[in-house]
Amino acid sequence: MSLNRQDVEKIAHLARLSITVEELPVYVNSLSSIVSFVDELSRIQTGDVEPMAHPLEGQHQRLRADAVSESDNHDKYQTNAPSVAAGLYVVPRVIE
Amino acid sequence: MLHNLSIGELAERLSSRQISSVELTRHYLARIERFGAALNALISVTAESALADAAAADLRLARGERRPLLGIPLIHKDIFCTDGVKTSCGSRMLDNFIAPYDATVVTRLKEAGVVMLGKANMDEFAMGSSNETSYYGPVKNPWDTRKVPGGSSGGSAAAAAARLAPLTTGTDTGGSIRQPAALTGITGIKPTYGRVSRYGMIAFASSLDQAGVFARSAADAAPALQAMAGFDPRDSTSVDVPVPDYSAALKKPLTGLKVGILREFFEGLEARNAALIHDALKVFKDLGAQTQEVSLPHLPASVPTYYVVAPAECSSNLSRFDGVRYGYRCENPKDLLDLYKRSRGEGFGAEVKRRIMTGTYVLSAGYFDAYYLKAQKVRRLITDDFRAAFAQVDLLIGPTTPTPAFDIGAKIDDPVTMYLNDIYTIGANLAGLPGMSLPCGFIDGLPMGLQLMGPHFSEERLLSAAHGYQSATDWHTRAPKGYE
Repeated sequence: MSLNRQDVEKIAHLARLSITVEELPVYVNSLSSIVSFVDELSRIQTGDVEPMAHPLEGQHQRLRADAVSESDNHDKYQTNAPSVAAGLYVVPRVIE
Repeated sequence: MLHNLSIGELAERLSSRQISSVELTRHYLARIERFGAALNALISVTAESALADAAAADLRLARGERRPLLGIPLIHKDIFCTDGVKTSCGSRMLDNFIAPYDATVVTRLKEAGVVMLGKANMDEFAMGSSNETSYYGPVKNPWDTRKVPGGSSGGSAAAAAARLAPLTTGTDTGGSIRQPAALTGITGIKPTYGRVSRYGMIAFASSLDQAGVFARSAADAAPALQAMAGFDPRDSTSVDVPVPDYSAALKKPLTGLKVGILREFFEGLEARNAALIHDALKVFKDLGAQTQEVSLPHLPASVPTYYVVAPAECSSNLSRFDGVRYGYRCENPKDLLDLYKRSRGEGFGAEVKRRIMTGTYVLSAGYFDAYYLKAQKVRRLITDDFRAAFAQVDLLIGPTTPTPAFDIGAKIDDPVTMYLNDIYTIGANLAGLPGMSLPCGFIDGLPMGLQLMGPHFSEERLLSAAHGYQSATDWHTRAPKGYE
């Protein structure tokens, strides 16, 4: 199966990635070859095999007591943020 | 020379005060200064904190404290968060990121007394098999600087091979420890999924990622794995299984060990590569092991299965990079959507974007069943094949890679050809199995790797088999010319 420009533009939008005009044909080609390659899977008989999401099945999601286990590192964590004000993350205006 | 001593020998000299950790650290920092830039193996060198940590280790040694890794230098792959130190994951996205906490692997190795020399170069977000996708440029293979070192842990592998540190950490999602270990002539172990905590290890594909270590021998890798392994409540997939004494396990004789020869690995295998594996099998037989052929009929489907599952998980994991909370932000975004799209479009490199888009596609409405669900079904068939094989044999043996290290630039424009490099290593990740690569000879002057795989939590068995092989051979002692 091969993908066209519109397919790749749609995927890039879903993935929230800007793609330049120069990059677009490169991704059309390489994503098409990857999709054709993984299309090989359709030849394998899987019938009613149960899908496997995790390599160590039988492990159960652990629960812990609902108690505070982390200290407040708000300021430290925000030192990595591109833009903050009054302890909040700043983004372009969303509501006019 | 100090840099050719084993971890055991170094520990002996440190504890008898023949050398200090500060001297040892200075020795390795001098080698990094001399070779690091030409190989492009490190993203950050932390000389100042390394010398402070070494001085602290010397104090502990002077007080009589004895631990196998106390005062031993190490380089971390730049995928592990290190508190207060740049943690880039090989990406422009995180070029300005100073990790606010330590990964569990980093914490545990610190507690064991290691001295961090710096952070190793890697494929961007661990996506690559050649270390060419790094924002910081390709790493060179110390055996031939025109060649790739493998990936994604290429900087860690090149650094260990060039004796820039006796130990380096890595991660393995589809072969990212074993493949570069093979291509640089060193020993690498990828433990069972869940054996080592993933907390603070920047996520690529969460059901496949696992941390491990590079060393020059199985005996050197054992104490490092010992320090890293074990249950961590901060990783929801960490497994609460006791950690055995890996160094004690090394000495276990191989008499009666049943070694499986994977039929599918030899189909189409280059004759010189096959000859090296057969030579290695002879060594195992001489050590008392028995060999038998086994078949994993679904194994050839492992590469397409992986290149659905891994990109799907990557597209989900990497959605956290939004240009808001940390990482790269584009200039002058006109609105929130533009901020997301351009921050991600400019912050990620080509291979990462390709995988995010592949993952987005296979998870999108109308394609989910045909690709993602289908791949998860095939994943089970592959895992069942391994389970059946391990009902007959204790270990599986085969090559780690189809070829020796290839030229920088040779495969980077053809993703499917690059992906096929991982054909022998991906199966273990899909099934969550431990695997190792050991040096087993040379093709055209370049090192080749022998791969061992075992059932879940059989790291002891892998290490004892590897140690037995390395006690009978000397491939692992070879150093690239100029780095002896």
